[in-house]
Amino acid sequence: MIIIHPLLGPRDAQEFTYLGDASLIHRPDPEADNVAGTFYEYLYQRDNIAGEHRELWFHEQGDRSWLVIKRNTLTHDILSVELASDVARREGRSK
Amino acid sequence: MSQTYRINGGQIDRSQLIDFTFDGKRYQGYAGDTVASALLANGVKLVGRSFKYHRPRGIFSAGSDEPNALMTIGEGARITPNTRATVAEIYEGMTVRSQNRFPSLNFDILAVNDVLAPFLSAGFYYKTFMWPAVFWEKLYEPMIRRAAGLGALSGEPDPDQYDKGFLHCDVLVIGAGPAGLMAALVAGRAGLHVILADEDFQMGGRLLCEHEQINSDASLTWVNQVIAELSSMTNVRLMNRTTVYGVFDHGIYGAVTRNTDHLAVKTKRPRETLWRIYAKRSVLASGATERSIALSNNDRPGVMLASAVRAYANRFGVLCGKRVVVVSNNSDGLRTADVLRAAGVEVPEVLDARQLVMPFDIYGKKAVRAIKFSDGRKVDADCIAIAGGWNPNIQLTCHKRGRPVWRDDIAAFVPNKDAITSEMDVAGAANGSFSTHQCLHEGAQAGERIVRALGKNAATVDLPQADDQPFEITPFWEVKGNTKRAWVDPQNDVTTKDIKLAVQEGFRSVELLKRYTTLGMATDQGKASNVLGLAILADCLGQSIPETGTTISRPPYTPVTISAFAGTSRFEHFRPVRETPSHNWAKEQGAVFVSAGLWNRAQYFPKPGETHWRQTVDREVIATRSSVGICDVTTLGKIDIQGPDAGEFLNRVYANAFAKLAVGKCRYGLMLREDGFAMDDGTAARFSDTHFVMTTTTANAVSVYRHLEFCRQCLWPDMDVKLISVTEQWAQYAVAGPNARKLLQKIVDKEHDVSNEAFPFMACGEITVCHGIRARIFRLSFSGELAYELSVPARYGDSLIKALVSAGEEFDVVPYGTEALGVMRIEKGHAAGNEINGQTTAKQLGMHKFVSNKKDCIGKFLSGREGLNEEDGSCLVGFKPVRQTDVLNAGAHFIGLGELNNAENDEGYLSSIAYSPSLKSYIGLGFLKRGQERIGQEIRAVDLLRGTDVQVTVCSAHFIDPKGERLRV
Repeated sequence: MIIIHPLLGPRDAQEFTYLGDASLIHRPDPEADNVAGTFYEYLYQRDNIAGEHRELWFHEQGDRSWLVIKRNTLTHDILSVELASDVARREGRSK
Repeated sequence: MSQTYRINGGQIDRSQLIDFTFDGKRYQGYAGDTVASALLANGVKLVGRSFKYHRPRGIFSAGSDEPNALMTIGEGARITPNTRATVAEIYEGMTVRSQNRFPSLNFDILAVNDVLAPFLSAGFYYKTFMWPAVFWEKLYEPMIRRAAGLGALSGEPDPDQYDKGFLHCDVLVIGAGPAGLMAALVAGRAGLHVILADEDFQMGGRLLCEHEQINSDASLTWVNQVIAELSSMTNVRLMNRTTVYGVFDHGIYGAVTRNTDHLAVKTKRPRETLWRIYAKRSVLASGATERSIALSNNDRPGVMLASAVRAYANRFGVLCGKRVVVVSNNSDGLRTADVLRAAGVEVPEVLDARQLVMPFDIYGKKAVRAIKFSDGRKVDADCIAIAGGWNPNIQLTCHKRGRPVWRDDIAAFVPNKDAITSEMDVAGAANGSFSTHQCLHEGAQAGERIVRALGKNAATVDLPQADDQPFEITPFWEVKGNTKRAWVDPQNDVTTKDIKLAVQEGFRSVELLKRYTTLGMATDQGKASNVLGLAILADCLGQSIPETGTTISRPPYTPVTISAFAGTSRFEHFRPVRETPSHNWAKEQGAVFVSAGLWNRAQYFPKPGETHWRQTVDREVIATRSSVGICDVTTLGKIDIQGPDAGEFLNRVYANAFAKLAVGKCRYGLMLREDGFAMDDGTAARFSDTHFVMTTTTANAVSVYRHLEFCRQCLWPDMDVKLISVTEQWAQYAVAGPNARKLLQKIVDKEHDVSNEAFPFMACGEITVCHGIRARIFRLSFSGELAYELSVPARYGDSLIKALVSAGEEFDVVPYGTEALGVMRIEKGHAAGNEINGQTTAKQLGMHKFVSNKKDCIGKFLSGREGLNEEDGSCLVGFKPVRQTDVLNAGAHFIGLGELNNAENDEGYLSSIAYSPSLKSYIGLGFLKRGQERIGQEIRAVDLLRGTDVQVTVCSAHFIDPKGERLRV
């Protein structure tokens, strides 16, 4: 596979390490209500999607960016690639 | 007489006579011959034995689809088994051997299997060797493997080199027949970067094998002109002997080039190169493969594909027989007779299988003698040329899940246009377009489409004039009415009876049929047999072929050697080896090394006269504890952390608090995973408000760094902190023992005061050593002694260890390795990898007080879950054998005195053990239920694997200096 890195252009997938579902960005707030349930969902529950999947990849043998990649798990088509830090900010992870 | 079947013509070089041997006998051929064409030229019919029945077999095809003629080629370590004779080029002195026969090809004892055939039908392994189950592994499987064998490797290391390469192009053209050449020409003339790859050693595809006219010249003339033009273009790369074996995601193609297999003298060149080709577009012009007709004894040597018989005559100047009967169900096959007659071959009968008269049986065992027809006539012949129709080579269109579609007019599967991605065009025979004109036309069209798609202007290319006779076929798969066996898949000895039996037994899906009968498996992957088998299955089921469906292929298109995939990754090149800056110094001291992660670490430093590693390790420990020792700890992960939020960042990733750590101090840190289990431990040293240096364990250096970047970028993107791994930038040495400070004071430049008062336990600082060399010093102790870690930029590591050792001479300093390090940390009760193993919590490690209550951190919430905080939870304690001489084994489980050795009574396990020279006894660390409350009790450490059962006393994990007084002096 080839991943079009937002900063570095097309890179071979071998340069990356895969983590999994991009929902891992949303670490629960330990002060919130029902935090046990949220942590359980956060850590252990994943959808096994046949189709478009948002996932985290780490450019370990490159610039060490974490990326959020939207990939079709059936065709391996890569639909979008973004810096995870941009996604995290946009989705409310700013301090 | 040699080469009695050689005729005039062909593209062999008659000026180069080549000697080779087959099964020990000398033969001659010419440059440009394959093993198959050279054997046929010499009248050799019998070339192998079949897989299961050990039936005599001859050459069947003229290409990579060959199911029968599998040879063992080469000598010594270079022996290559299962090589298809039809694609192996001959070279001077080549040794070729037949396979799967004993004692000889001519007399093969296991040919008895053929007589036993009624007992060896489809699925007989499953039916016969069911009972008793224990016999399978010991008796049945080895026996079957021996009987149904392919060739064997030499068992020696491969003497050849293999390489990998990466290529980028605008368009990859797969196959250099008329369609591929045309596509490459159009794309090349438009200035695109083109790679044209062909598995054959000669480009031209089917045009090499037929006498046709293109633009009123011989087709070969046109081929040579095009190749000459393509060769002159700097933007075109021609790759012969190169098989594109797989299509992968995003325009990536796998290909392998055989560089030296055809050479008599194996040069230093890599034998094979495995290519990864990145192509914006591709044209599949892989041609088509002819198929056979199921007919009694159609596997006899001399029964061949009609196209192969033509290929041998036209390309190699070789007759496959002197009296050839042609059996065909299509217009193309019928041409064979004309070609053969023109070559002076007697063709007594051309049987159009679409007529009333059918072929019925074939006579001759080790060579065809005659053919019998359904009207009772028997015609003598030494070769039967069978033409059952053509299957487009669509394998590469399936690699990304393309499902082929059936075309009735050509009775074959063609690529499903919808399933093919925009990356790949298919042209010519691969697309079901069989005439030369159609191939040229589709190739040109594909070229033009790609040129336009890539934004270039296609120069007009005049389409050459060529034969455009329509291909006409009446499907005819199987001769019925004869009770003898008719072969569908000669390689796997699958007959029509096997398919019918499989259907009777309920294996009706094409996928099940394949697995039950082994139809279409092994080296040819059904190129010769799949469609025929499918047609017979469909017939049995009373369905059409499209209703029955087809299997699809996966990479590789043809077998690829494991060596090619391995490339240069062999022996020490299999994975990188990391060496510390003072590696050579340690080697000079005679160190024994151990692999830790990718690092080679000094394990211990034996001295002359020491006969056992324990002697060495005991000495190193005693010397360190009594005076001073030095250990290379460079391999610990080091992460430089800087920024205004660095302190807060560490607060969040470590279980214990860091934000308020004073500048100039270090602190032990325990990191948890989000699920609450311990992940790693190490230290962090604060050099300024905004600058920390973290250490991790050697093994987890990479994963901890990855985790920290995840936290920084994904969880807290606005924290003002940056991380960088500096593991390899700093060489680091532990100097431990009561004389550590005295030694260091000789190294550290005078302006830096490292006295106990100025530089107490857990202090850190940036200093200079050896007259101005930049260094960092940390007063940390893993051994439990007065100890420091000193780091210098990596390039000074080798000098520093030498300086330390020479400064330490007056203290009898010793270098110590990972073993002594391990012994001392166990004596001191420090957890390491055996304890922080991903299954233990801070509480079990006795570090629950570390988990700060005052702040959140990764893993904090879930470390508080009930299941991880049970009252009888196990915790880390120490163990000593009751009898001082007893040996402990790590991995032994704790069972109460007098209890049965079963899982119910299991109370924990020993995680680390060592012989403590300080205590003159084995000691251990381990996890025991309610361990802390059971100090002083006795329990058994039982190791059922090693057969030991040792009575041990539970004790504190801190065997030495439990109050930590030595560290602070």
